Amino acid sequence: MNFDWRAAWDSVPRLLDGMLVALQATVLGYLIALVLGLVFALLRRSQQPWVRMPVAVVVEFIRSTPLLVQLFFLFFVLPTIGIEFSPLATGAIGLGVHYATYTSEVYRAGIDGVPPGQWEAATALNLSRRRTWTAVILPQAVPRVVPALANYVIAMFKDTPQLTAITVLEGLSVARSLGAETFRYLEPFTLVGIMYLTMALVMAWLARIVERRFGRVRAV
Amino acid sequence: MTETTSASSAPASSGGHEGNLITFDGVGKRFGDNVVLDNLSFGVRPGERVTLIGPSGSGKTTILRMLMTLTRPDSGTIQVGDDYLYHEERTGNLVPASEQHIRRVRRRITMVFQHFNLFPNMRVLRNVTEAPVHVLGLSKEEAEQRARELLDMVGLGEKLTAYPTQLSGGQQQRVAIARALAMRPDVLLLDEVTSALDPELAAGVLDVLRDIARTSDVTMLCVTHAMRFARDISHRVLMFDSGRIIEDAPPGEMFDAPRHERTRGFLQSVINET
Repeated sequence: MNFDWRAAWDSVPRLLDGMLVALQATVLGYLIALVLGLVFALLRRSQQPWVRMPVAVVVEFIRSTPLLVQLFFLFFVLPTIGIEFSPLATGAIGLGVHYATYTSEVYRAGIDGVPPGQWEAATALNLSRRRTWTAVILPQAVPRVVPALANYVIAMFKDTPQLTAITVLEGLSVARSLGAETFRYLEPFTLVGIMYLTMALVMAWLARIVERRFGRVRAV
Repeated sequence: MTETTSASSAPASSGGHEGNLITFDGVGKRFGDNVVLDNLSFGVRPGERVTLIGPSGSGKTTILRMLMTLTRPDSGTIQVGDDYLYHEERTGNLVPASEQHIRRVRRRITMVFQHFNLFPNMRVLRNVTEAPVHVLGLSKEEAEQRARELLDMVGLGEKLTAYPTQLSGGQQQRVAIARALAMRPDVLLLDEVTSALDPELAAGVLDVLRDIARTSDVTMLCVTHAMRFARDISHRVLMFDSGRIIEDAPPGEMFDAPRHERTRGFLQSVINET
């Protein structure tokens, strides 16, 4: 089987459209994971057991079940109770919620890494709980975990092909339909692989920049 | 602020007495099988400077931490002025205090720590203004004015924009003292504030504290192994052993003519060490 450069070239625009969709799902999903993960981490530290426990159960449940199952659940079950999103939005929410369970662990480690003396100093100065979190704890916890958080962007991006299953037209599903239309699979799948690789490398490079820029920790 | 009692004032007797700023009454604390404080009662008068000495593990630091609400007592009561720290009076009964109540009573107290515990994410000036702005409700200008004066006083008026990590340990501790005083506390707790410092740097910190003792009437509770300093600033010295006060005397008596055998042994060992 020869590599047909002509067919490859013709498929590039549609594949790029697909990759753009994958990128959109990643960006949106990652924002959800960043915010929701922090919410999970904070709720799991609540002093109220009736807040802490249910959140812990939900987080463990999501983390211990496959992403694909969750995507199907969101895509097929939610509309039956009247909640309906576009496939792309559903996919981004699915990715975001799933990865929030990972980022919440990262945040938790970052928060635990703040020395107890910082909490004690905040108490000695009578800072409110809210102010202690926003001015003392999180500004020290978050920079510590920027590298770990940045790595999840790439992991999440590499999970976007799973959105094929819920009809999102991202890179992989475009490649598959190109193959079905032309009976040539070599070119689209090779190209889509290269595109994933290229974008993942760019993300890794951006992650290193973010890390250098914001990942400084002024340890005492 | 409160009137300073003279250095020669008689030690406050134990438990719930009128005129005490701090009153421990039957306070107990154990960690597992280890009894840290055993039914402890004592009082501190307004303006009094009290040093707590004794072997490590004898409960001194626990007392400071209880006052700062960092460690909860298992039993007994602690009063700050007329207010209970861990209890509230409701219809004549003592009930566990709400977070709100604890915050209100705690406002009169602050603490300087062995390891400084400055906020590494904030510059020196903001370390000192953070709580005055957000807890006392001072304007940014007022708080900065106050912070500048205090940082000048501790000799760090030039370091306002430095981060804590850029300072020596002694400098960090002096910032921590300024940060504590910016709250205008009635009670200043000093928990082994020079133990983590080289002797040279410790001397600078102790000089600052001597100044504060001389020029202010803030009540001090001080856990330290710097006996020379304790003698200079204290009105009273309490000797602890196994969670109990075994001797309570003015520094002259405590250091020159300790009555208790255990005190003599302890002081001897501290002198040999330094």
